[in-house]
Amino acid sequence: MTQYLLSIYQPEGDVPPPETLQRVMQDVNALIEDAKAAGVWVFNGGLHPPGTATVVRCQRGDVLITDGPFAEGKEYVGGFMVIEAPDLDGALQWAGRLARALTLDGRGDIHPGLPVEVRPFQGSHAN
Amino acid sequence: MPAETAEIERIFREEHGRAVAVLIRAFGDIDLAEEAVQDAFAVALSRWPFEGMPASPVGWIMTTARRRAIDAVRRESTRGHRHAEAARLYARHSEDDHPEGPMHDDRLRLIFTCCHPALAPASQVALTLRLLGGLSTAAIARAFFVGEPAMAQRLVRAKGKIRDARIPYRVPDEPELPGRVRSVLAVVYLIFNEGYAVSAGDALVRDDLCHEAIRLGRLLVGLIPEEPEVRGLLALMLLVASRRAARTTSAGELVLLADQDRTLWNREFILEGQTLVSRCPRQNEPGPYQLQAAIQAVHSDAAVAADTDWRQILRLYDQLLTIAPAPVVALNRAVAVAEIEGPVRALALVDALSDPATDGYYLFHAVRADLLRRLGRTAEAQQAYDMALSLAGNARERAFLQRRRDALNG
Repeated sequence: MTQYLLSIYQPEGDVPPPETLQRVMQDVNALIEDAKAAGVWVFNGGLHPPGTATVVRCQRGDVLITDGPFAEGKEYVGGFMVIEAPDLDGALQWAGRLARALTLDGRGDIHPGLPVEVRPFQGSHAN
Repeated sequence: MPAETAEIERIFREEHGRAVAVLIRAFGDIDLAEEAVQDAFAVALSRWPFEGMPASPVGWIMTTARRRAIDAVRRESTRGHRHAEAARLYARHSEDDHPEGPMHDDRLRLIFTCCHPALAPASQVALTLRLLGGLSTAAIARAFFVGEPAMAQRLVRAKGKIRDARIPYRVPDEPELPGRVRSVLAVVYLIFNEGYAVSAGDALVRDDLCHEAIRLGRLLVGLIPEEPEVRGLLALMLLVASRRAARTTSAGELVLLADQDRTLWNREFILEGQTLVSRCPRQNEPGPYQLQAAIQAVHSDAAVAADTDWRQILRLYDQLLTIAPAPVVALNRAVAVAEIEGPVRALALVDALSDPATDGYYLFHAVRADLLRRLGRTAEAQQAYDMALSLAGNARERAFLQRRRDALNG
């Protein structure tokens, strides 16, 4: 089994209308429940916007604290989920379901849904 | 009988895919498998020329490479390297839940891994040529006009992703299978087109890519015979490749299909291609490769250009346009319309295709120029040729267009 980080990328600015957001949250919560039932779920969470971030860095023995985010960009990580799957295809199936949930209409007909990045964790190949 | 180096090389290229694929399943490690086969090749080079060819070269390669791989694993595990052991466990684990059969040939597993959509298309192509085709990194780099270190890096990165992200080594299951087969076919067709493209560069390397693509096509037809698009792609490649000798003059100038010396066409390829096309199912909706192959088969049927059954070609383009609506298909359809209904009707169709994307495509202007030429609208034809010339990608295409443009004044 390998653990994978599924990061959800969100654009800066506009938030979808509340009724859409509610449907998205329902779909995501259902997905999390299914992932737990399947023994795939490890951890998940949604994050406050990047304006709330603080960057900490050590230089010549001093720890420097600055206002974040570390990297300014048009997109930022809005939430994530850690899952455990036998291989990439297994992880991609869950990522696909997550991506489907992260659309305005459940299909991405009007506008493509939010991208989900799938990355394997190091040293998680233990059987 | 002593063996020549070239012959040994040929055998190893031929068997590379199978040997590497079997070892990857046994040891779960691509690099280990590649190195073991490479070692076996070195042993063969040092022994076969003196001792003669073994009774079964294929069996010898497998046995020698497997021994080399086991030695390598032993060396690594004595160093306390646990990766190899973990990899073996993983390999054994994935072996358990898959039955044997034609769908489970190791080479098929390997090609699905190499063409996994999680890898960049350029990496899919490079991996397929390296692992299944047995081409050297240097040869692949030359074929794609990339420096050898850059190509080596691309291969290392791709193999690293397969290992770390755990891209599986197996034939995908039903719901995913059709999409994944499409991705494999796209890679094979890309290899073929790269080889067939009339661009500068080493002609031998380019021929090699065409042969490799056709070889992969034949392999896939053998492994997934029930998939009609696989046969469609092989037929398409064979029919297109059959015209290779007629497509350029001895001076390297491009010759249009209508002007080609059809006695130079490769009859064996045409026969094989047409047989495959005739076996494509008629009742079901044929896919884009089958339709493109059928169109090429109609051209191959005509002993001289004037005999071409353009109505049949038009019907096939209509079908192709409904399942794969693309400007290039519509453009080719307009060429068929010109042959049946004349250039006026065709020009109207071509002009209707104009948009920012097609306007940047040299073939759009080249087709327009030819239609204008046939209508005697010389000044407009000249302008269209100029547009095509400014957009054409390679020297041979430009030389061809320049000749056509010059002929307008003659």
